[in-house]
This record gives sequence, C-alpha cells and structure tokens, in this order.
Amino acid sequence: MTPPRTERVRIRYEKFGRIRFTSHRDVARVWERSLRRSRLPVSYSEGFSPRPRLRFGLALATAHESCGEYLDVDLEPGAVSSGLVDIDELASLVNPTLPPGMTIQAVAHVEPGAPSLQESVDSCTWLVDVPQLTVGEAHDLVERALAADELPVTRERKGKSVTDDIRPNVLALRVADPDERPPAADWQPAGALLRAELGTHPRACRPAELLAGVDPTLEEGRVVRIHQWTKVDGVRCEPVPLEALPPEGAGIARLSTAHAIERAS
Amino acid sequence: MSAAPPIPSATANAGSSSVWRALEPHLPKVAKPARYIGLEDGAPASERAPHKVGWLLCYPDTYEIGLPNQGLQILREIVNERDDAYAERGYAVWSDLEAIMRRERIPFFSVETHTSAAEFDAIAFNLSAELTYTNVLNCVDLAGVPVRSDERDETHPLVVVGGHCTYNPEPLADFVDLVVLGDGEEVIGEITDVLREWRAEGKRPGSRPNVLRALARVEGVYVPSLYDVAYDGPFLAAVTPRFPDVPEQVEKRTVADLGEWPYPKQQLVPLTEVVHDRLNVEVFRGCTRGCRFCQAGMITRPVRERPAEQVRSMIEGGLARTGYDEVTLTSLSTADFSGIEQTVDDVMNIDTGSAQPITLGLPSLRVDAFTVGLANKIQNARRTGLTFAPEAGTWRMRQVINKLIREEDLYGAVGSAYSQGWRRMKLYFLTGLPSETDEDTLGIAELAKNCVALGREHHKNPSVTVSVGGFVPKPFTPFQWFGQNTEDELRRKINLLKDTTRKMGGVQLKWHDPRASVIEGLLSRGDRRLGRVLELVWRRGGVFQEWGEHFDERLWLDAMAECGLDPDWYIHRHRTEDEVLPWDHLSAGLHKDFLWMDWQDALAEVGLPDCRWTPCYDCGACTGYSIEHIVASATPPAGGSQGTGVDLSAGHSVPVSLTPRIPQGAKP
Repeated sequence: MTPPRTERVRIRYEKFGRIRFTSHRDVARVWERSLRRSRLPVSYSEGFSPRPRLRFGLALATAHESCGEYLDVDLEPGAVSSGLVDIDELASLVNPTLPPGMTIQAVAHVEPGAPSLQESVDSCTWLVDVPQLTVGEAHDLVERALAADELPVTRERKGKSVTDDIRPNVLALRVADPDERPPAADWQPAGALLRAELGTHPRACRPAELLAGVDPTLEEGRVVRIHQWTKVDGVRCEPVPLEALPPEGAGIARLSTAHAIERAS
Repeated sequence: MSAAPPIPSATANAGSSSVWRALEPHLPKVAKPARYIGLEDGAPASERAPHKVGWLLCYPDTYEIGLPNQGLQILREIVNERDDAYAERGYAVWSDLEAIMRRERIPFFSVETHTSAAEFDAIAFNLSAELTYTNVLNCVDLAGVPVRSDERDETHPLVVVGGHCTYNPEPLADFVDLVVLGDGEEVIGEITDVLREWRAEGKRPGSRPNVLRALARVEGVYVPSLYDVAYDGPFLAAVTPRFPDVPEQVEKRTVADLGEWPYPKQQLVPLTEVVHDRLNVEVFRGCTRGCRFCQAGMITRPVRERPAEQVRSMIEGGLARTGYDEVTLTSLSTADFSGIEQTVDDVMNIDTGSAQPITLGLPSLRVDAFTVGLANKIQNARRTGLTFAPEAGTWRMRQVINKLIREEDLYGAVGSAYSQGWRRMKLYFLTGLPSETDEDTLGIAELAKNCVALGREHHKNPSVTVSVGGFVPKPFTPFQWFGQNTEDELRRKINLLKDTTRKMGGVQLKWHDPRASVIEGLLSRGDRRLGRVLELVWRRGGVFQEWGEHFDERLWLDAMAECGLDPDWYIHRHRTEDEVLPWDHLSAGLHKDFLWMDWQDALAEVGLPDCRWTPCYDCGACTGYSIEHIVASATPPAGGSQGTGVDLSAGHSVPVSLTPRIPQGAKP
C-alpha cells in the first residue's frame, strides 16, 4: 500500500527592512519555528532526525529585499482536503508568528508532483539602486549593456578564476522610476534605479554581476527582487501571483486561480 | 586601536537617538550582519520616557555568544517590567564593523533601537570569562565614554559589571564604577531606585561621587573607587574603605526562592544562529557537590530548586511561544534536581501539535548509570554521543579535587550507554591540578582505554574523545592558594597524553591552548595593578582574546614586562594562609577558614561528600544569609556512588571521613 500523500502548499512572502540582513539559512530556521508556533500540521521526514518538509526557492542574498519569495510546505495527508487547514486563512494564522518585515502575501495549493521552485523559476526581476550613477549615466549604462555582444564577469570559484558571459542572462534592462519601488520599501534611491530581468540558468545571474559586467567599479545599493518568473503551459507567470495588491502592499492578497501575467519589463 | 579616531563624546551625541541610519549602509559589507539588527521575538521595543532610568545590558563578546546569556535576559525583563526604567541590549561588535564604526564615528549601540550607548544611565556587562575584559574597555571606548572611571562625570553613564568573574573584579577596578556580586534579580531594582533619584535631580555637576557613595550602601554593590589599596612590597597589605559608611566587606546577593522569579518569561528567540539556540529553563541555582576546582559551585551556594510545577509550565509555555523544538534544563548538575525523572517524563509528553518529538537536553551529566537511564528516556531519536566529566584520571586525584566518582561509576555509566546504543563518549578532564603526578595524568589515558574496551563489547568501532583543559585556580575556591602550572608544564602533560593515546585505537585527544589558560589565570587572581596591563593590551588591539584567531599571549607578557610585573608571581606562585588576597574584602558567603581547611583536606587527599545529605560543614553560605538549601527532596537520587565514592546500593551509610575540624559555628 502506498502511504497517503502529503499535501503541498506554496507560500509567497515578502522580506523588507531590517530583517533583510538575515541569511537564507536564518530565514529557513525562522520558518521552521513560525510553522511550529502556528501549529500547522506540517509533515516531517522519516528517520532518526525528523525534519519538517519545507522546500525553499532560489536563495535571496543577505541584505537584499524581496516581494516575491517562495516556500513549499508539505502538510500531513488530508490537511487541506479534509478542511483542517483553510488555505485562505493560512496567512492570517502564520503572519503573527513571523518577525517584523516578513509577511505572507499569498498561498496556493500545489500538486505534490509539480516541479520544485528551484527548477521551475527561469528568471527574476530586480530593482537595483546604484548610488554612484545619475539617471543620465544610468541610461548610458543600459544602452551599453543591451548593445554589448557579451558581458564577461570574472569570479572566484574553488580558488580559481572563472569568467562567464552574463549577457545571455540579461533578459531585460531599463532605468526605473523611483515610484516603481514596492510600497514596503521605505527607502529613497541614493542614485539611479535600474530594473533588470536576469535569467537563472544555468546559474542565476546576480544584480552585482550585471553591474560588474558593465563597469567593475559600480557597487549595488539597495536591491529588491520584485518577481520570480516561471512558465505554465508555455505561458510566463509567477509561481503564486498576486491578484491585486491592497493599498499598503503588505497585506494578504486573496488567491486568484487565473495567473496574473506581467508584460516583460 | 591606539591610532583609532575618537568616538564623539556623550554630550555631542545627547538626544541624537538612533544610529541606524548611519549604520545600515555599512552592514552589507560586514560578516553576519544579522548580529546587529535586533528584532528577536520576545523583545518588544522598550518604552522610553524622560523620567525613566535606561540600562544598556551588554555581553562583552559577539552576539552569537552573548544573546543566550540567561542572566542578561532575566535582568532585561525585570527592568522592563518597572514603570520607571527600561533596558536594551548590546554586544561587542566584530572587528570588521568596529573599523567602520571608528572611521565613520558611529558609537556603540543597543540592538533594539540602535541608540547610542552613551545615552543610557548605566552600561552593564556580564562577566563570564576573564579573557573578555579587554572587550569591556573596547565597548566603553566605542561608546565615546572615557574608559577610566576617574575620567567620567555626570554626563557619562555608569559602567557596571556583574556575573561570576566579579568575585575578583580587581583587574577592572580602574575602569568600572560598580561591581554587583551574586544574583541580580533584586539588587538591580535597588540600584535603579538610586539612579532614578539621580535623574530626577538632574544629575547636577559634581553629583557623581555622591551617587557612587549612595550605591555603595546597597548590599551586594562594590564601588572600587571608594577603597584604598595598600601594598607591602609585591604583596597586598589591605583594601580598606575610604569612608565609614562604605562596607569593609561587600556581601554577595542571594535570591532565597527561585520560584518567585520565573524568568525569563519571554526568552529571546534570535533570528540568526547563536550558541545554545533552544529554550533554556533554569531548574536550580547552586550546587552542593563541593568539587574544589569549581568556582560556580562554590559561589552560588546554597542550592535553590525551582518548584517542579513551575519548571513544567515554563517549558510548556516556552515551547509554545518560541516555536523551539528543543529545551535544556539548566543548572550545575541537572540530574540532581529532585524529581528529575518525573519532570523528564512530563516534558516528553507535552503536546506541541507537531509530529516531531521534543529534544530535551541535560547539560552536566552526572557520571553514573542512573543518568544514562535518564538520557535513554530522552534520546528516543538519534544516539550520537554522551558526555561525562570525571575531571581526573585516578581515584587519588579525584579525592583531591573532591569529585568522588569511582571508576565503577564511570564504567557503569559508559557500559550502560554503549549497551543502549550510544557509540561515542566524550570525557572531560582537567590537568595541572594540585599535587597531580604523571601517574594521575596517565590515568586519564587508562580510563579512556578501558571505556573503549567496554564499547567493543557492544560495537565494532566505539570511540572515546578525551578533552583536556588546563586547570585555572579561581577565587573563592579551596584551590585559590594553588600556584597554577606553567605553560611548559601543561604542555608537557598534554604531550604525555598525546604520546600515550597515539596508539590507542578509538581514543581521540583534544586539548585547550595552555597559553590561554595561563593568561586566564593571570586575570582570575590578579590585583588592581593589572589595570595598566589590561589597558595596554586593549590599546594595542588585544580584543576578542577568547577567540583563537585573536588571542595573543605576547601582548600580555610584553605589557606585564612594561608595567614591571612578574607573571610568575601572579600565576604560578602558591599563596600562604596569611596572605591578603585581592578579593578578601568581598564575600561569596564562604568562610575563608572553611576554604583553607578544604584546601588542607585536598592536599591530604580527603574527600568531602555532598552536604545535601551529610552534616553541614559550615562553609558559611547558608548560615551567613539565613537560608537553607531549598530542595524538594534531600534524599540522594538513585544510582552510583553519588559523590561518596562507595557503592550505595550495597546498603552503606554515607561514609564521612573527616580530618579534625573546627566545630560547627565556632570561629577560630
């Protein structure tokens, strides 16, 4: 007999403010404790040292903010289908146990066999403040980057220098208006704001690498991941879309069955 | 740090409140920035008001080490429950951030609101380790506050220290305003009362000495600047109060009933990884076992147990509130808690609403099979390793240090653990103990070898890790008169063990750096003359001396030489009975003659069984404060020899073999 199947929910959350200085590992521990505090029937692995079955998406670098972070949680068999857990209530149940700056925005039911977040996300959209650049200089930078045939970036890997061309992973790039900052971002850009869509295959391209590829002297200021993109039936969409943001943007959006599609930025 | 630019003074900063805006842009560039953001669950922003006394409670080491400190968490809650005071926390910043702060003139701050440390009325440090002393100076300097107390005035916070190391605070005497001895729960309120009056009067110019005088009258508070020190050559002649209303001897504070202090009620849950990252519930304070090397056991007497019902509710409430899946019952010997078996059963039955079992930790496992039975109840999951601390390799040596564990106790415990599925044992030992011979040192290897042999009866590859620390004599212990082993001698003993264990299959040897033990010894029994040494070491960048990558013995030895002080005299010299010790004007409740006789008993290899079930030895800790051990049961818990050295299951009465001693209550 096959064991009863666990039920998977996919949580979309944001991370803003002081908590941006926690690491991916820190955030994983925060989730474990919060889910225990909210007494959700999380499924645990078998064996001598049972761990909660949580799967995280692409790591967000320490100090970056985001309004598009994802987490898959496996619940005990029947948890959702029997009505024990109401997906629409999950955010209001768990949010009070999360630290300031981390908030669940939406929750969706996912088939357990669905591809993992790590595999299915193809690109991310970023807002990058570049304190060293004026808006005029930023327009030049965008033009140069998009015109370039290649953007070689050298990084250290296992003690060796490796040079990658990141140009294929620069899917879209433009100068952004400061108003494009998500409402939860309580800061003003120190310089020009760039909006970039960067690919994740074969290796996720980071905002700092984009800057280094154009001008190695540039340093990133505040960085926000505003979208992660995947494809469902060939249609580009977010793993859990927000139907509409409430005015503050930090509240809980009701889940829509239709996939919200954003035009390429 | 001698070339470090000065931090803006307190007055320049007054009213500036948060340094967050200045700090934040630099945090992406430093290691583990989550150390500096606060936001822990259980730490709501304290409410400030002009009339309120502000405490900055600090741990002079990194956030990861300092956050779990229960003493600071307890005091934080007690202060914040008052309507006339608030408390926030601070931790030593790592070198990368310190360099930025000095360059950008950002002062030392609280992690909750990032308020400049100089804006608090008191900056208080927990002193748990001697090698953190230079960090205290660094934090105060980074706050923009003069490090020497005689250079501070009404515009500066008071610098306060508490914790175990304060039983000899003399090396820090030039730098601190107040030293608080013993349990802080009650006395922090009495100090706050004095500071509130001072604030209400507007901290008038010239009022600082009066406030220090008033604080010196609070029991448990020692104000080093109100005492004169006289020397007789290299020796201390006397430490005497400069005013009649200042006590000649400062007594420690003792909270009589732990049940009245169910703190922390809201243990802080950090967002980033720290040591002891779990729920901690203190089950008792004090210890009656009387191990002669153990300062904690001596200075925290008498034993005060928390009521078992309160322990249960603190665990249940704490797990539900924090989301931790692990709880540790803390004390100096948790298996001695009355009704420990029932408590363990109750904890294992708590419903957390999760399929995952709770992990229960018992630190300081006793060396007997009963304890392994307890561990067996708990560890229903992974059986990786168990740790025991026989402390010495031979019965003779264990009588000297009064750790009365028979070899049978150890083998019983280890055999029982192996038979129940554990494969790895860790054994803690000290070396450099009084009267230790090479035979005693090699006894460590012998015990380890026999433990491996026991393990082979149950497993193919049992392993025993032997961890050896260099013994450092501490104030208010019977070994306070003992001349510590030299670095060379400690190294020789470690090498002896290395050579002997090298070919022993299954035995791994680990040891502490003997250089660090020697400097720890210098500070643990040093006097006020070491203040100059501390300052020199700090000015030359000698911070984070607890950390191997930062520890620099050369800095200390050079500073000693420059100050004309002899390390041998301070560290390796045996003291005589009539010598004035630098902490004689302080009291942990223990009679000095009791300690001296216990020292003589040690040298005569006479053990002293646990005073919980044998007649009182009149150490002074109970009688002096009119409190008794508060225990739910004075019956020896089951199993082993229970620190008596004989097999109790054979129906012996507890044997007490004593050298003639002064009758109870009589003074020599």
